Amino acid sequence: MSETILSVRNLRVVFPHRHGVLVPIDEISFDVKKGEIIGFVGESGAGKSMTGAAIIGLIDPPGYIERGEIWLKEERIDQLGISAANRIRGRRISMVFQDPLTSLNPLRTIGDQLVETILTHLPVSADEAKRKAIAGLEEVDIDPERFNAYPHEFSGGMRQRVVIALALSAEPELIIADEPTTALDVSVQAQVLELLKKLCREHGASVILITHDMGVIAETTDRVAVLYAGRLAEIGDTQTLLRDPQHPYTKGLIASTPSVEYGDISTELFQITGAMPRLDALPDGCAFHPRCGQALAHCATKRPHIERNRVACWLYNDV
Amino acid sequence: MSDFIRVEQLSRRFDLSEPWLVRMINRKPKRFLDAVDNVSFAIERGKTYALVGESGSGKSTIARIAVGLLGPSSGRILIDGHNLHDRELSQAEHRRIRQRLQMVFQSPYASLNPRWRVGNILAEPLRTFSLVDGRQAEQKRVNELLEQVGLSTSDARRFPHEFSGGQRQRISIARALASRPDFIVCDEPTSALDVSIQAQVLNLLKELQRDLGLTYLFITHDLAVVRVMAHRIGVLKSGQLVEEQDTATLIGSPQSDYTRMLIRSAPRIRDDRPVIN
Repeated sequence: MSETILSVRNLRVVFPHRHGVLVPIDEISFDVKKGEIIGFVGESGAGKSMTGAAIIGLIDPPGYIERGEIWLKEERIDQLGISAANRIRGRRISMVFQDPLTSLNPLRTIGDQLVETILTHLPVSADEAKRKAIAGLEEVDIDPERFNAYPHEFSGGMRQRVVIALALSAEPELIIADEPTTALDVSVQAQVLELLKKLCREHGASVILITHDMGVIAETTDRVAVLYAGRLAEIGDTQTLLRDPQHPYTKGLIASTPSVEYGDISTELFQITGAMPRLDALPDGCAFHPRCGQALAHCATKRPHIERNRVACWLYNDV
Repeated sequence: MSDFIRVEQLSRRFDLSEPWLVRMINRKPKRFLDAVDNVSFAIERGKTYALVGESGSGKSTIARIAVGLLGPSSGRILIDGHNLHDRELSQAEHRRIRQRLQMVFQSPYASLNPRWRVGNILAEPLRTFSLVDGRQAEQKRVNELLEQVGLSTSDARRFPHEFSGGQRQRISIARALASRPDFIVCDEPTSALDVSIQAQVLNLLKELQRDLGLTYLFITHDLAVVRVMAHRIGVLKSGQLVEEQDTATLIGSPQSDYTRMLIRSAPRIRDDRPVIN
């Protein structure tokens, strides 16, 4: 078993508001192993991005981590002060956001931004930093001649490759990629995912890949965590989970994804009825039970936990 | 079979030139972009024709020309034999054609007026085309539309921000149905939605097509969606139609490299994934 880079234990994030608290993340635990790509999947509002934000310490006030622990190797990182957190952010954990146009500074050249990142995080000279920046661009298949180009001079896919070069530039142990290809065309998406996969293998970096697309999960990840309404519904090895999904929500997500492989005009896509509940109106018991076709009587009253099994569902656990 | 929609040698050129004075000083010629270049296809009544391609391939430009939001530079679009962009047509004739075609846009967040109640949004096309007489008839038709897309009649009093993305797209569809069109252009109607919600909206569109005999022009970059939605597919690249076939043939044995590349890049879940019925 390879070593654990990141360990999240019973994480609970709350947002206080007028009538009590909202709980966007509730009792989530998982580990990320070295060099592993783990996928977080779920619908909008499932808590995928919030989990990423919690790990890197970017939860906006008034939200805060109420309970639980986040360990980066031997170091506990959920209660760090600003300067300690800055030592980790970008250096040991970096982030790739959905929209490359808003995550790059439009007024500075990409070379400049790469050099700045490297100088901030690594103890190298300016010349060395520039050499590293050029090497970084070459790695993501961008012509080093474009070192002095501005973000607007690149296409969406190229910009996202620049962002990946930035994320890798400080040689982090963990990269959190939040919907990195949602804004891109499918053909470009395939290139960017392939690149992300290859580079993380080479650098030995682990990746948390946040997406709502089961296809992306299947093509890219080693393990996958399915989130629903801020709770972990199911977690496991990607191939096993896709072949034999347990949680009715996972089954629904897989079945509702159209495929280029089969189906025709007469195919009725499977649909999960209803929508994700709002955080201020979470149902009792299992949060998924109002949309679930296999709900049992106690699903409405008792909340299932994921401890013994890899799935939080009463169909597989005894009461 | 009769062709309900005929697109004939359609081209659209955009002028990207710099202002006259700048051109004179720098001695630069005018610059043009051929967003749509000599595209022809036809759609049978009650069928779905999908245009697929990457960003910038000209698919949305064709969609906008097809509903009359843009004019063509050359070529024409015939809808049931009427030329949509014919300048000779009187305003009344023009309205009669326009009433038969509607559009569903990509973003249900940007395409609904946030300050109007849903009932008002749905009643606007009814008033514009004078389709109903009096308040009561209008109310009745609005309720009918809401039920047709799976919303409840009490939703008429609410504002768009009170709805989720999928529900908003249902409202957009209801608005498109208000004037009883027979041709609807759907421009990436589900690309802003979650997969589970996408399935709901796609199933709704297909159900409406069966019930009302609608003809769709479906714009998307997702070949997996096209596979279950379209009878026929046209693949666009840089404004030109590179390949056109019925769905099974195109995906089963694509002729051009570009189409093969598009199919190859679509993400796949394993082939032996379970199917729920």
